[in-house]
Amino acid sequence: MNAKDFRLPRFSLRFAHVWRRNRLVWRKLAIPSMLGNLADPMLYMLGLGYGLGAMLPEVGGMPYIAFLAAGTVCSSTMMSASFEAMYSGFSRMHVQKTWDAIMNAPLTLDDVLLGEAVWAASKSFLSGMAVLLVALALGLTHSALALWVIPVVFLTGLVFAGMGLIMTALSPSYDFFMYYFTLAITPMMLLSGVFFPVDQLPQAVQSVTGVLPLTHAVALVRPLMSGASPDGVPLHLAVLAGYAAVSFHVALVLTRRRLLK
Amino acid sequence: MQHLRVSQLRKSYGDHEVVAGIDLELRSGECFGLLGPNGAGKTTTLRLCLGLTDPDGGKITMFGLPVPQKAREARQRVGVVPQADNLDPDFTVCENLLVYGRYFGLAESEIRHRIPGLLEFAGLAMRGDARIQTLSGGMKRRLTLARALINDPDLIFLDEPTTGLDPQARHLIWERLRNLMNQGKTLFLTTHFMDEAERLCHRLAIMDRGRIVTCGAPRELIARYIEPQVVEVFGDGAERWAEDFGRRASERCEKTGETIFCYTHDADPIVHHLDGQNGLRYLHRPANLEDVFLKLTGRELRD
Repeated sequence: MNAKDFRLPRFSLRFAHVWRRNRLVWRKLAIPSMLGNLADPMLYMLGLGYGLGAMLPEVGGMPYIAFLAAGTVCSSTMMSASFEAMYSGFSRMHVQKTWDAIMNAPLTLDDVLLGEAVWAASKSFLSGMAVLLVALALGLTHSALALWVIPVVFLTGLVFAGMGLIMTALSPSYDFFMYYFTLAITPMMLLSGVFFPVDQLPQAVQSVTGVLPLTHAVALVRPLMSGASPDGVPLHLAVLAGYAAVSFHVALVLTRRRLLK
Repeated sequence: MQHLRVSQLRKSYGDHEVVAGIDLELRSGECFGLLGPNGAGKTTTLRLCLGLTDPDGGKITMFGLPVPQKAREARQRVGVVPQADNLDPDFTVCENLLVYGRYFGLAESEIRHRIPGLLEFAGLAMRGDARIQTLSGGMKRRLTLARALINDPDLIFLDEPTTGLDPQARHLIWERLRNLMNQGKTLFLTTHFMDEAERLCHRLAIMDRGRIVTCGAPRELIARYIEPQVVEVFGDGAERWAEDFGRRASERCEKTGETIFCYTHDADPIVHHLDGQNGLRYLHRPANLEDVFLKLTGRELRD
């Protein structure tokens, strides 16, 4: 491996053109894309929230549907960013060779990857916001503190965009992404406090969930949506920011190795 | 002035030296061809010149800027027609040009102003709103060429621009490329079509196994390496005819596949003798670039 692959990213504002390119594609399919992205989290949230929630007393000090709504904001952001960075990103990188075309213009791979990461985060931001709006419409959140969810969701999107781009850089084909979903995304979904409080888990497992980024997103979003100030804000933000920055850089190093050889 | 200058360029993958110390110079306004069999290192050379991969040794300057250090700035004045089509399948013809123009930092109004002329150039004036999937191979190639011109580049890289096209489409591309040369653009072309190189290139280099074997104007190379007359003989018994007569009657006699090539200064005795043979067909022609290519890069199959 070449030492130059590891150098820190150098960006130019041209990354915005990569973002705009993706937005132009998305605009053509915006409605079906939004509905498709929303259907799955909504079914889980409403089905489990009202169905299972009817049999439960309060969970985490709130009705189960409200508890689940906060988790779903985070998990749908995670899903949407992951799908965009992996399946769509892989199409553009490997199948359509869109990135190659862009790099023949005065853009570098650093710009392309930044554009992709910010784009995936933007798209997942819409998914997270859609769930937040539904929660608002259902009266599941009514605190002004919930506005702080907005930047947290975007940051969460960047985290999973970066991690997804790592997988894209490593992947020989679309099939490869299934491993990541099975081994990383699904466990995170189940262990990070989306469906039930993390403190229900055995102590040993809790120490593992503590290092998962989704846990920290949920730990911020849930209190904010219920109108409480979260504990340990700097820690949670630092973990999320750390994941976003490190995963982006790892993705960049791996993609340089793949495309600029 | 030189648009591109390459000296002692080297690039290896593992133990395999793909570019093994080449020197090149592109003068302003010329069409320069890089010819070579598959795997000769042509595409790698182009990628190195564009700053898309780092050399292991040597020096590249484009418009006086060092590459790869200042490749981004240099690419501002460059157009690229890649080997494989990478048009954006999600976009129409016009959107492809528009989005590509933005990558160069061009204002939206400036790009929109340039699009009609480029569509005209590509013969796609009526197809601006067509989806990419509905275009033929030739149309896609022409659009890729138009896309490479969106920034009004001074230097255009073309990596096998007519591979996979039918003869009509190929002639149309050649005509467009000559048109660009008349506008004073500099072209850097890779190809393994000898007629393409012979028609278009002012100068060319033949590359093999990472090295430049020879460099010069097409006519000059033919005169330097090949006897002026060639008789190709094929059909059952061609080999035997070569043993019995061809080898003696020509200055050089070679076999490629099942064809015998007789090289000579005076083809009359050979042609005369062949006219009396049954079952043999022949083609008498002047020497061309393909003869040079085969002589210098060998006649065995490359994969």
